[in-house]
Amino acid sequence: MTGTALSVRDIVVTFDEFVALNHVTMNVNEGESFGIVGESGSGKSTLLRAVAGLNVFESGSLTVAGRSYSGSRRDKEFYRTVQMVFQDPYGSLHPRQTVDRLLLEPLAIHGFSDVDARIARALDEVGLGSGFRFRYSHQLSGGQRQRIAIARALILEPKILLLDEPTSALDASIQAEILNLLEQARKDRNLTFIMVSHDLGVISHMCERLAVMKKGEVVETVSVEALEKREFSQEYTRQLLVASEGFRRTA
Amino acid sequence: MSPLLTVENLRVSFPTRTGEVNAVRGVSFTLGRERLGIVGESGSGKSQTGRAIMGLTPGHAKITADRLNFDGVDLLSASKRQRRDMRGKRMAMILQDPKYSLNPVMPIGKQIIETLRTHESVSGRQARDRALAMLEAVQIRDPERVFDLYPHEVSGGMGQRIMIAMMLVCGPELLIADEPTSALDVTVQLEVLGILDKLVAERGMGLIFVSHDLRLVSSFCDRVLVMYAGRVVEELPSANLAAAQHPYTRGLLNCLPTIGSHRHPLPVLERQAEWTQ
Ligand SMILES: Nc1ncnc2c1ncn2[C@@H]1O[C@H](COP(=O)(O)OP(=O)(O)OP(=O)(O)O)[C@@H](O)[C@H]1O
Ligand SMILES: Nc1ncnc2c1ncn2[C@@H]1O[C@H](COP(=O)(O)OP(=O)(O)OP(=O)(O)O)[C@@H](O)[C@H]1O
Ligand SMILES: [Mg+2]
Ligand SMILES: [Mg+2]
Repeated sequence: MTGTALSVRDIVVTFDEFVALNHVTMNVNEGESFGIVGESGSGKSTLLRAVAGLNVFESGSLTVAGRSYSGSRRDKEFYRTVQMVFQDPYGSLHPRQTVDRLLLEPLAIHGFSDVDARIARALDEVGLGSGFRFRYSHQLSGGQRQRIAIARALILEPKILLLDEPTSALDASIQAEILNLLEQARKDRNLTFIMVSHDLGVISHMCERLAVMKKGEVVETVSVEALEKREFSQEYTRQLLVASEGFRRTA
Repeated sequence: MSPLLTVENLRVSFPTRTGEVNAVRGVSFTLGRERLGIVGESGSGKSQTGRAIMGLTPGHAKITADRLNFDGVDLLSASKRQRRDMRGKRMAMILQDPKYSLNPVMPIGKQIIETLRTHESVSGRQARDRALAMLEAVQIRDPERVFDLYPHEVSGGMGQRIMIAMMLVCGPELLIADEPTSALDVTVQLEVLGILDKLVAERGMGLIFVSHDLRLVSSFCDRVLVMYAGRVVEELPSANLAAAQHPYTRGLLNCLPTIGSHRHPLPVLERQAEWTQ
């Protein structure tokens, strides 16, 4: 039996009066690729951010690789285990930093010595040659930026990747390249993924199970297999499935 | 009936230290009161085409065209002032990066009201009501709460819908929507498209819908232009997207992951040098 990579129990996050996450529970197994779908504003990013310590959770518990975390405090050990790729490739990398600086920073923080070799390997792994090493991030296309963001997340050799809409800002051909890249990395390193996407096609391609969120709650957790066979219970899940087939003009 | 918009041989180029970047290289099309889709890969010139029509091209760029005509107005010879007056009121563009287009230090409701009051003289009360109604129309769940939030306090998809509300509040005749729904989950995406669809059908608005989502475009628009490297390489009636001839269009259709088809790894595009010719 495989162990649990990450478990979230009864987490509550509020912003002033507004309850963004309302007792959310989620278990992700080691080596699993777990998807999160749900409507805009349902709390998907907030959930990943709460795990990463970027949003404080008021109650509930978080366990990662057997260690418990609370509030927003995360130690170095946590970031060696968990890394995050953000929703917006334009906002997540500092535009006036070179790729080299962006990749060096996490290595320096965690006291790695063989930085040159690691940076070269990381660039190679995401399909960007060493020619990109001294470019500024504002000189990169959206797809290239997302590759750098992934390289930066992988460079510390984490066990778990939190991926917030990693391809929604990219066109179909670049999306396919990035998804292939992520799958390869997962295979090579036996990674665990938690991946948010509003595209059920992407989730069913990448994940084994998924949670459906609505208004700050997980309303259903199903396997992709069950989704494909339409074996689920929530009306909202059905709506998502129908919607993924495209626009239909009524009347 | 003469078209709402005529674009003939539009070119946009940027002088850079390493030479000219030709972002748009001779694009032509006309738009009636219909839904026109523009698809194409990143960097193919979709946004720069839209920006040139709107008069939002960066100052140092060079724009030429044989014709650029909006409802009888020659946009190439229109003054800066004329174009500014038109923008927001008669033609509007939903920009691709909502986070950058919203003022980070002003509450959302106030921004919508300001847009409205730049173009129409309405009372404070009326402006507030219309702003709230617009937020509701784009399916913001509790408009009263969101009204007072700052841009960094809303989710990615909410930011996009707020931009849409802001652009629609004056009721433009031409709307260019640049990836307006890329951050929205599918159900909200369809609701937003429903709103745009209604505006085309009921008010006769002309809509240019820029997206990299072929499936969505083909189900929503009447016609689709496929752009590659600054040019239109193919024009298709949406219903017939599957019959696309250009290898780029066919490649794009082929690399989408779909539910139930398990292709690992996904096919990727092999770009050919001759496509840029
Ligand atoms: N800093 C904040 N202050 C106030 N409200 C916030 C803040 N961050 C998030 N929220 C609210 O929490 C809710 C959930 O936001 P979140 O970003 O998690 O949504 P999401 O599911 O990721 O949506 P999307 O698909 O649009 O990205 C939204 O209603 C949002 O307005
Ligand atoms: N200020 C600028 N200086 C030089 N080149 C520019 C500038 N702005 C845009 N470009 C170039 O113009 C080309 C077209 O850009 P545009 O933004 O129209 O692409 P797009 O089709 O909208 O792509 P995306 O899908 O990524 O939004 C790109 O190659 C881009 O690098
Ligand atoms: Mg989000
Ligand atoms: Mg663009």
